[in-house]
Order: sequence, then C-alpha cells, then structure tokens
Amino acid sequence: MAKKATAKRPVRKGAAKKAAAAKPAAAGKEQLLDYYREMLLIRRFEEKAGQLYGMGLIGGFCHLYIGQEAVVTGMQAATKDGDAVITSYRDHGHMLATGMDPKGVMAELTGREGGYSKGKGGSMHMFSKEKNFYGGHGIVGAQIPLGTGIAFAMKYNETDNVCLAYTGDGAMNQGQVYEAFNMAALWKLPVVYVVENNKYGMGTSVERISASGANLHDRGKAYGIPGEEVDGMDVLAVHDAAEKAIAHCRAGKGPYILEMKTYRYRGHSMSDPAKYRSKEEVNKVRSTSDPIDRVKALLIDGGHATEDDLKEIDKSVKAVVSEAADFSQSSPEPDPSELWTDVLIEA
Amino acid sequence: MSDREIMYRDALREALHEEMTRNPEVFVIGEGIAERGGSYKVTEGLLAEFGAKRVRDTPISEASMIGVGVGAAIAGARPVVEILYIDFAMLGMDQIVNQAAKFRLMTGGEGRVPFVLRTQGGTGGGVAAQHSQSLEALFYHIPGLRVVMPSTPYDAKGLLKYALRQPDPVMFLEHKHLYMTKGHVPDGEIIVEFGKADIKREGTDVTLIAWSNMIPRTLEAAEALAAEGISAEVLDPRTLVPLDREAVLKSVAKTNRCVIVQEAVRRGGVGSDIASIIQEEAFYDLDAPVTVLGGMNTPIPFNLALEQASVPQKENIVEVVKRVLHADLVA
Ligand SMILES: Cc1ncc(C[n+]2csc(CCOP(=O)(O)OP(=O)(O)O)c2C)c(N)n1
Ligand SMILES: [Mg+2]
Repeated sequence: MAKKATAKRPVRKGAAKKAAAAKPAAAGKEQLLDYYREMLLIRRFEEKAGQLYGMGLIGGFCHLYIGQEAVVTGMQAATKDGDAVITSYRDHGHMLATGMDPKGVMAELTGREGGYSKGKGGSMHMFSKEKNFYGGHGIVGAQIPLGTGIAFAMKYNETDNVCLAYTGDGAMNQGQVYEAFNMAALWKLPVVYVVENNKYGMGTSVERISASGANLHDRGKAYGIPGEEVDGMDVLAVHDAAEKAIAHCRAGKGPYILEMKTYRYRGHSMSDPAKYRSKEEVNKVRSTSDPIDRVKALLIDGGHATEDDLKEIDKSVKAVVSEAADFSQSSPEPDPSELWTDVLIEA
Repeated sequence: MSDREIMYRDALREALHEEMTRNPEVFVIGEGIAERGGSYKVTEGLLAEFGAKRVRDTPISEASMIGVGVGAAIAGARPVVEILYIDFAMLGMDQIVNQAAKFRLMTGGEGRVPFVLRTQGGTGGGVAAQHSQSLEALFYHIPGLRVVMPSTPYDAKGLLKYALRQPDPVMFLEHKHLYMTKGHVPDGEIIVEFGKADIKREGTDVTLIAWSNMIPRTLEAAEALAAEGISAEVLDPRTLVPLDREAVLKSVAKTNRCVIVQEAVRRGGVGSDIASIIQEEAFYDLDAPVTVLGGMNTPIPFNLALEQASVPQKENIVEVVKRVLHADLVA
C-alpha cells in the first residue's frame, strides 16, 4: 500500500522552519528553494491530475488547487510535528504539503487499491493518520466544526499542537462556521482558520453573496477572534502570518483567522467552463502575481539560483509526478469484496 | 395529442415557468440557480424571465435557506428551495423535520406550509460518499412531509405543478441520472396528482415496484425477463407519501408476487415498509415472499465498479425475479 511507503518529501521541513525565524522578506536560499520545490510539486501534480481526468482515468469530481499553492505551502512550513490539517474537497495540495505520498494521492484519484482510502474515498475524501491529515470533506463548511474539535482534543490532551482548518470563501456563509467560532473563542482552542479567499464559490463571486463584501478576516470579530488579511499569492507573507497565528494558538490565546487573498486559475471543478469570469481576469493574475513566478524571481534576482538550478528542480519534480501517475494506473482496482469492509469495525 | 419528447430537466423548467406565470406567489431560491441557471440547468432562463426578485441566488447556507423558505411559506409565499444534492439537505434537517413537518399540527390545523424543496440524489459517475446518497426514507419517516420521486419527464412536470398548488411541505426528490433522459410530454397543461401510482409496464407474473432512477432500470430488466417468457408488471408509486396502496394491492392481487427495487440502502428503507404493507394486507394473494432488492448497507464508494456494485443493476433485478418465481415453483 502506498500509505505505508515513505513519502518522498520535496520540502525539508526543518530547513524551512529555521529560515522562517529570520525576517520573512529576507528569506534564506534554502527556504526559497523549498518553497519553489513544494509549490511546483503541487502545480505539476494538479496539471497531471487534470490530464488524467481528461483521459478518463479519473472520474467524479476533481477540484484543482492551481494558483493557490502559496497558501498551503507557507502555512505548512510554519507547523511542527503533531499539528493537524483539515480542509475541504480542494485538498490535493494540502495532502502533498503535509508530506503525504503523491503516489497514494494520485492512486486515490484513479480509485485504485493503492490510494490513501483504497479507492473508496476519491479526490474529495482522503486521510492520513500518520501525517495528521483529517481530510478531504465534501460538505461545504463541515470541516470547520471538525477542525475545532480536533483543536479541542489537542487542548484536552494537553499538547501544544495546533489545528489548521482550511476553508473557502463560499463556506464562510455556513451557520456552523459561526457556532464553531464561538466555541473556539470561548474555550480558547488552538485552531487557525485559514480562509482561502479565491474570489469564487463555484460560479458565484464572494461579493455577490456576502453582505459584508469581499472581506472575511473580520468575521470572527463578534467572538473576539483576531483576523488578518494576507496576500495569499506571496508565500513569504503567508509564512509570516502563519508564524504569528500559530504562535498565538500555541500560547493558549485561542483561535485566529487568516484570510488569504488568492485565486484559482482553473474552473471550480473539472466540469466547470468558468463562464462567470473573463479570460483577462485570469490572465492578469497569472501574469502579475503567480506565486511560483514570484519565488522564482526572488531566487534568480537574489543570486540564490540559476535558471539551470531551477530546471534541475523542475526535472526532479516531474519525475516524482510521473512516478505517481504511473503508480495510479498500475495499482489494481479494488477487489469487489471491498464492498463489505470498512463500514463498521467487526466485533 | 402531440408526440413531443423533452428532457426531464426541461420538463421541470416548464413546470416552474408555468406555475410562476400563473401564480406570483411562487419564487425560487438556491445556490447558483439564477445567474448560472443551476448545476443541472433546470432554472436556466428563469432569471431573465421573472427577474431577481423571484429567482434568487443564495449564499452557501443550506440550514438557513431552508428555514427562510419555510418561514416565507408559513407567511403566505410559495418558495421553491433548490438544494444541490440531497446530501446537503441534511444541514437543514431541523427546519424540515422539526419546523416544516409539524407546523400544521402545532397550529391546530390552521397553519399552511406551501413549501417545495427540490433536490436530487442517487449514484452517478463516482461523485463519492457525500454526493451520492438516496435518502428518501429519512423524509418518508417523518409525518407531515410529502415525498415525491418522479422517474419520467411527464411525471416530473405534472408532479411539480401539482406540488406548487397544494398546501403541504413537499420533498421533491429528483435523480442526477435522469435530468438528461427524454420522454413524452404533451404540449399544454398537465397535472399529476399525488398518491396515484402509474403502471409503467403491464404484466401478469410478478409486480416490480420501483421509483426514480430504478424505473428505467427495472423496465430494462422487465424487457429482458419478457425475452425469457416472464411477464413483469412495473409499478411506479411516483409519490411515496402519499402512497397509492390500492394500486399496489391491486397489482399484487393480479400477479401474486412482488419484488421491490430501491437504490437506497436496504436497511430501514421505504421498500421494507411497502413489503410490510403487502404482507399485512395481501398475505393470501401471495405465492412467494415479497422481496426487497436494495442498495448495500455501505456508504457509496468512489471507485466506479464498487459504486455500481453497491446499488441494484439490471442483472440483479433479473436474478432476484427469477429466484422469486422459482420459490413459487418449489412451494
Ligand atoms: C453543504 C454544501 N452545499 C453546497 C455544496 C456545493 N458546493 C461545492 S463547492 C461549492 C463552492 C464552495 O466555494 P468556496 O468555499 O469558496 O471554496 P472553493 O471551491 O473556492 O475552494 C459549493 C456550493 C456542497 N458541496 N456542500
Ligand atoms: Mg472560493
């Protein structure tokens, strides 16, 4: 099972963390390279998933994370062992960033036995106990109370760990989000709510659907939860904000909201032609604030790497992704007898 | 009579269009239903026709949009609330079960809840555990709700029009696989009253009861059985609440055998309840045990082969019918 295989982890967490202690604007070479590698892995993985979907090898829903890579990359670089992650169905990037094996993730997308949920969960529903990744949820907003509960358990068990509960902008109008906010603040639970504001919930822009307009970071105000707006296309800014929010949680001061202004380049899911926005809008973001291009520029302009160095990284990332793609096609279909398993624990 | 053929989703749109034209009280709300015309295009064009007052996009807030709909209904409007997937209706269960279903009784019969919740369920194309459920039994179980499950474009149109003219909360449950299916729908006004089953195919050896997407599948099975000399009658109750008991009992009295086919998991399903009604009221008409063929008692798995194996397929229906007939022979 892919699950058991040790993940090839392109980001060296320790290095990222050490460098993070320094000023964010002056991120070190190693850290920049780690970011570059990690974000590129997510992007190439998603591009490959899109291809496999087009070839009919992946079915059902498939929500790509392309454009939003800086958010999870910057956040995860500020975590430590034992911290947990929970998110929505747009979850492939989060899994890769927690160090889950790309092979097991891709094989779940193709519904194979070697997938993280043995092919039974699919793109939206994957978990890794080892990496404290709690899914992968298809019910918009449901992961927020769950993430709050994970933080509850962390505090209850007297750890100093933190739960990162990721959500979209659209989900911020679900009632259960606010019930969870209240409890998290009341009980000072160590949870960072990471709102990935990519401007749209399916085909509806955040402005059209929110009485408070596009801003979501102050949605915790009534409960006394501090909130901050962050440039989610800038991995350094994300990391900086993450350090601050996580430190706040670890210190026992309760929850924190980070609103990441970000953008998804692709449609909501593979079946969305994205007619609700213009090509120009998408192109403008891609050409002016692409998170990977930004780090690339820092690396080259800062003299940390040459084009050739980066090409080497591209090559190694591509190799990891094509290995995952191969595995996702060679891993067998689950046995029909699997229909009788994993529903209840047999006594 | 014209021989016009249209798709299930177009039939639903016609029903909404006609009833909105007829009655200014009717309005529709839901996620992405106005500007985008809905995920299954049922509400396409309604915004242009009726304007933003009556065709409204909501935030992703199922619990409260259902509650707002129920509130508007008890105050004299006729909301149609569209919930993208029946799985998401679970967020609004309090409003459906504790408020909408009980309002009439709690007001001593004075209150009216002309509320229609349109949603869709069922398996189809690997959309996995949280987007594939068949949950009609949950609503069937609650006194005070009407439960409607059309299988054809004709029934979809006629039943939705009827739903929009009566005073009780209606769970109008469509199926994701049916939207693109075509069927005969004549021009002009059609109404299908609740509680009237439809015999989709006449037969003499066995009664097959099914609804929603199990109807086309059961009809295919009946066709295959006919080739083997077995004459199956296919009965579609169309509304589970109210249930046309009379039609069920009449058909069973004719064929003396009954198989109920449901996509929902077998345990605690509507099929079990219909079976219990038949054995209680028609025991002496029966030549074989009433059999329920349902989905497996598992969350729907993502893998396509497993997904298909978890719900009744044509071959399973054929096999079960033969078993039931055989049971009769050895008896
Ligand atoms: C309870 C619920 N309602 C509706 C949906 C359908 N749906 C899936 S994703 C989505 C949009 C969510 O947008 P957002 O929270 O901004 O996340 P993004 O997709 O942009 O990452 C909707 C309405 C759902 N899955 N669950
Ligand atoms: Mg969004």
